[in-house]
Amino acid sequence: MVVFEKPHALTDAPLHYCPGCTHGIVHRLVAEAIDALGIEGKTIGVAPVGCSVMAYNYFSCDMIEAAHGRAPAVATGVKRALPDNIVFTYQGDGDLASIGTAETVHAAARNENITIIFINNAIYGMTGGQMAPTSLPGQVTQTSPYGRDPQLCGFPVKICEMLSQLEGPEYIERVAVNNVKNIKKAGKAILKAFKNQTENKGFSLIEVVSTCPTNWGMTPQDAMKWVDEKMIPYYPLGVYKDRSAEKAEEGK
Amino acid sequence: MAEKVLMKGNEAIAEAAIRAGCRHYFGYPITPQTEIAAYMAKKMPKIGGTFLQAESEIAAINMVYGVSSAGFRVMTSSSSPGVSLKSEGLSYLAGCDLPALVVNVQRGGPGLGGIQPSQSDYFMATKGGGHGDFRMIVLAPASVQEMAGLTFKAFELADQYRMTAMLLADGTLGQMMEAITFPETEVRTFDKPWAVTGTQMKRPHNIINSLALVPDVLEKMNFDRYKKYAEIEEKEPMYESYMMDDAEICVVAFGIASRVSKNAIMAARAEGIKVGMIRPITLWPFPTKALAEAAQKCRAFVSVELNMGQMIEDVRLATGCARPVSLCNRAGGMIPTPDHVLASIREANKGGN
Repeated sequence: MVVFEKPHALTDAPLHYCPGCTHGIVHRLVAEAIDALGIEGKTIGVAPVGCSVMAYNYFSCDMIEAAHGRAPAVATGVKRALPDNIVFTYQGDGDLASIGTAETVHAAARNENITIIFINNAIYGMTGGQMAPTSLPGQVTQTSPYGRDPQLCGFPVKICEMLSQLEGPEYIERVAVNNVKNIKKAGKAILKAFKNQTENKGFSLIEVVSTCPTNWGMTPQDAMKWVDEKMIPYYPLGVYKDRSAEKAEEGK
Repeated sequence: MAEKVLMKGNEAIAEAAIRAGCRHYFGYPITPQTEIAAYMAKKMPKIGGTFLQAESEIAAINMVYGVSSAGFRVMTSSSSPGVSLKSEGLSYLAGCDLPALVVNVQRGGPGLGGIQPSQSDYFMATKGGGHGDFRMIVLAPASVQEMAGLTFKAFELADQYRMTAMLLADGTLGQMMEAITFPETEVRTFDKPWAVTGTQMKRPHNIINSLALVPDVLEKMNFDRYKKYAEIEEKEPMYESYMMDDAEICVVAFGIASRVSKNAIMAARAEGIKVGMIRPITLWPFPTKALAEAAQKCRAFVSVELNMGQMIEDVRLATGCARPVSLCNRAGGMIPTPDHVLASIREANKGGN
């Protein structure tokens, strides 16, 4: 009896991510959702610049590498040209919440029928640990060596809170992958974000609070603890917007 | 005979694009090209196409990147400052070998500049479209008829060579109205087995990508791309030769500058000056051979441009500096009068050997 298998939507390529990095978990959750819905053959993924830029090697579906921050615009183009296909983006915090903020906000405002997986690990990983738009106040990084000072560089951008104020998007949820319980919840949210698209419901974004042990300077275990103690209190988990659920509620 | 219609240059581009099979347009408002977007906004929904006003020119070119990745004909249009914003996307399109049509209806610069016609994006279009080693096919229409005809040509060349074709027009051509006919030739289409359309679980996954971290791999990609560029330089230069049979003075001008120059050439001929013109229709590939041949028999060259002298560098290179090349120019949205060009022709006629 097979009790554990690699999802079909993942290739056999070995992941290049650092030990303890949660990209691997999230890749798997995305692939499981694609498998569960049987959509691999019609799915097109877009991975822009960041640690996950080489995601095109890891997902079995058709893939596009995009410029930094531009994935929601690229995905918009693909989805408009191929409305019956499934289009997702996989973006980091520097990408989605800094250089690509405009593309993110406007894809959400248009309720573009795409799925966005947003990895928030409060740091730029690929370039070696600089301050991200989501770095916490006081967080020490290469470019905030004395700790992020909100007086000098402002406060973190809370994407779920911000986007849920828009009328456009269908579904916005923040999850974490720091323990089994949270990983299971994250899997459900990601599945729903893809299912929404198959049902033409529109824009779904799942923010995944993630780790970067290498650039945080922590062991993988301590990084998971830091998510619990520091990240989640600042970035509360939960559903920020679910239009279909709201409508169902109103109908009662 | 096809029906004659009176159209603005910008509208002619839009209609020609639709007739060439383009069903996806993305843009952001900027003068003096907004009629293209307005035309697309009206027409696309009625023919099952996409018109989308993007949040920025950056987003627009990346939407183009997405549609092109999926294997469809796609375009965006803008004017000078907006094209600067697209340069990142142009570089990515080149790095992924993706076809697209980008229209630049130029205005005066740099910076915000003005909204009057200019040719000051010649460098940007032919040499500096963005970071990295790459070229775009650059087509320069000189009439509303050519705005339409070269739009068809641009889509075909883009698909054939898997690269961006840029239609480099200017505010005058965009705004002026002329009677034109649309070509009734069959539209050439191309197979795109590289496109991302979903594997349908029947083939390995396709990847659209410009990342290559291994230096010798990236080097090979560049050398291969430049082999393709060399083929284009050999096969695709287009130009108009005007009164060159007995010409001793050769005017070089493209776009609206060539229209003014024709009037000046007629006037100079009336004075007995043997002058003709080579009008590049492709700015890249530049009609280098035609100019090199002209340098065999002409005493002097006059480059007429709506900028501070950009194409003149290519004229000097093409003629091997064998003959004097003078500049007749206006900038900032000003257009030289035929008298201005005539004075430059007279001056060139005095010198030489």
